[in-house]
Amino acid sequence: MPVETSALYKVQKGRYDDVSLEEKERLFAEVKADMRYEDYLYGCYECGICVAACPSARFYDFSPRRVAQALAREDVEQVYEQMNDDIWECSQCFSCLRCPRGNNPGGLITIMREVAINNSLGTAKEALEGYTRIIYKIMGTGTQVSPDMLQPEAFPDWGPEVVTVSKNLDLWRRMLPPETMHTTSTGWDVADKTITELYLIWHATGVLDMIRQVDSNLHMILEEMMEDKLEEAGYDT
Amino acid sequence: MGFIPVEEITKKKAQFVRDPDAKLPENIREHVLQLEAEGEWVVHRIPEDHVEVPTKYGIPKKVPVQPTWHHKSCGQCGHIPGYSTSIFWVHRKLGLTYEDPRDQTSCTAWNYYASATSNAAAQAAVAVRNFAAAYESGNFPIIHCGTSYGHYKEVREELMLHPELRAEVRAIMAKLGKPLVMPEEIVHYSEWFWAMRNEIAKHQVRDFSNISATVHPACHYYKLVEQDAIYDPELYGGQRTAVVSGLAIALGAEVRDYSTFFDCCGFGFRHILVQRDFTRSFATLRKIQVMKDEADPDVTLTHDTGCVTTLDKSQFAAKAHGITASIPVMSDAQFAALAMGAHPYKVCQLHWHNADYRPLLEKMGIDWRQAWAEFEKDVKRLEDGEIEYLSWEDVDA
Repeated sequence: MPVETSALYKVQKGRYDDVSLEEKERLFAEVKADMRYEDYLYGCYECGICVAACPSARFYDFSPRRVAQALAREDVEQVYEQMNDDIWECSQCFSCLRCPRGNNPGGLITIMREVAINNSLGTAKEALEGYTRIIYKIMGTGTQVSPDMLQPEAFPDWGPEVVTVSKNLDLWRRMLPPETMHTTSTGWDVADKTITELYLIWHATGVLDMIRQVDSNLHMILEEMMEDKLEEAGYDT
Repeated sequence: MGFIPVEEITKKKAQFVRDPDAKLPENIREHVLQLEAEGEWVVHRIPEDHVEVPTKYGIPKKVPVQPTWHHKSCGQCGHIPGYSTSIFWVHRKLGLTYEDPRDQTSCTAWNYYASATSNAAAQAAVAVRNFAAAYESGNFPIIHCGTSYGHYKEVREELMLHPELRAEVRAIMAKLGKPLVMPEEIVHYSEWFWAMRNEIAKHQVRDFSNISATVHPACHYYKLVEQDAIYDPELYGGQRTAVVSGLAIALGAEVRDYSTFFDCCGFGFRHILVQRDFTRSFATLRKIQVMKDEADPDVTLTHDTGCVTTLDKSQFAAKAHGITASIPVMSDAQFAALAMGAHPYKVCQLHWHNADYRPLLEKMGIDWRQAWAEFEKDVKRLEDGEIEYLSWEDVDA
């Protein structure tokens, strides 16, 4: 006797009926084509240990087991739903790697996220709203958590110490003995040559194209900044 | 949509095949050296001055003592600067050679795990570029960040398993004029502290025998590519990773158990910035509150930036929900530095932390009011233009 999946899963039936099966199959094929896929999925005993260990499963209607199972069954409909509704809830802690079958649900989610980004899914764009500052920081500077991010308006729930740190930032950074750490807009002082080498890596591996899919303005800024630097350094992009 | 016919499921499962031979061998180091023998990459050898330590699967791991190249952590340096400062200070106190490089980027894994706007080739190239920079310096890389450490081991696996990825990264490195370098071991700073724990204890000047601690191990240290994380049969019966706990015990502190030891702190990468309700709830309810109820420690110690941040910063907002459990949070490096007599502000930089650490300092026999006055005196010297920066000499003055 068939089981009503709507009773088991949060997704409303028919939610993605407007997306063709061919499109869903195309995206699933992209997930399967990733070289890491074969290393990350071996099957599922349905033991649930990944769910028991998963912080997101405690907080959201989320289950790493469902992800591994949907992929193993090649259930393209459910995989498509998960690529829209589930994957951004994973906190990438990899507690799920205790799987006795050797699955890596967190890694599978990484691949699904990359496919969602590469195909510019609306849900991926939504998930990254408010996050572009971090993307800009890491891609532009080579360090991703800078002292000047510690501003009270950004972290009002972190308490009064954030106000004090923010007020004294320049001074307190100079009160650090390591010479590399007197910076405020980067975590440490990164050599120009090192940053240029990082830019070359972003160019050569298609990461800039991924950025274009989620934020065209950010892409424009990064591309301009990087091309100038790379040209100056004599790299052919 | 709505029903999955049983025939469809069984048909698809029947097509589901994996090659078990494609899995990695348990002895990663042998595989790394074998690929070097095949001309695939250059292995950065562990220096002569090293310590052998036990790992989860029993294969000894070599931890370098010196000379080391410190792959810093963006989070540590960005907002818990006393973390890095303490690591360097301990090296200096032990008279060991180390390099704090500018030729280093972040591992970029935070962005990779949070936003997925990267890919396997980019992540591998960033890792190898940093490895090559350490190799060129002649100093062996020690990775400060738990996520960088776990991610680099993930990258190592991917490079081992996929010749096409090695070829792609090798081509990018050639453009940069660098070889494809893989360290003989990937070593986390807390492994160095564990390996050096008895040496550190010899230099201890503050008595920690009345200090109790809980330990939170970082997920990316021991869950992500777990086989070469340190496990000691003498500690927790070899059933839990020994780093952090082993150091605290060597310093005379009492390590107390609690039932959510294996739980994540709730950091979540993107979550801590844009879904903070998740992070706060998990950190306070599953970790801090449980530690308080079951162990009531003086401090909780961890070994990753994300964990210190999450456990420390989450405590303030939880008060609004009536959760008053509070525990000071610091890294094993800061704890060790304090044991060795480090200044709580000039070295350990505890004023960047949120949860109240002052009662802990008092229990350690540190007059924090006097220490803060000393710090402020140096701030005044800096404001007056007498000094441009606080130097290592000022710190030990």
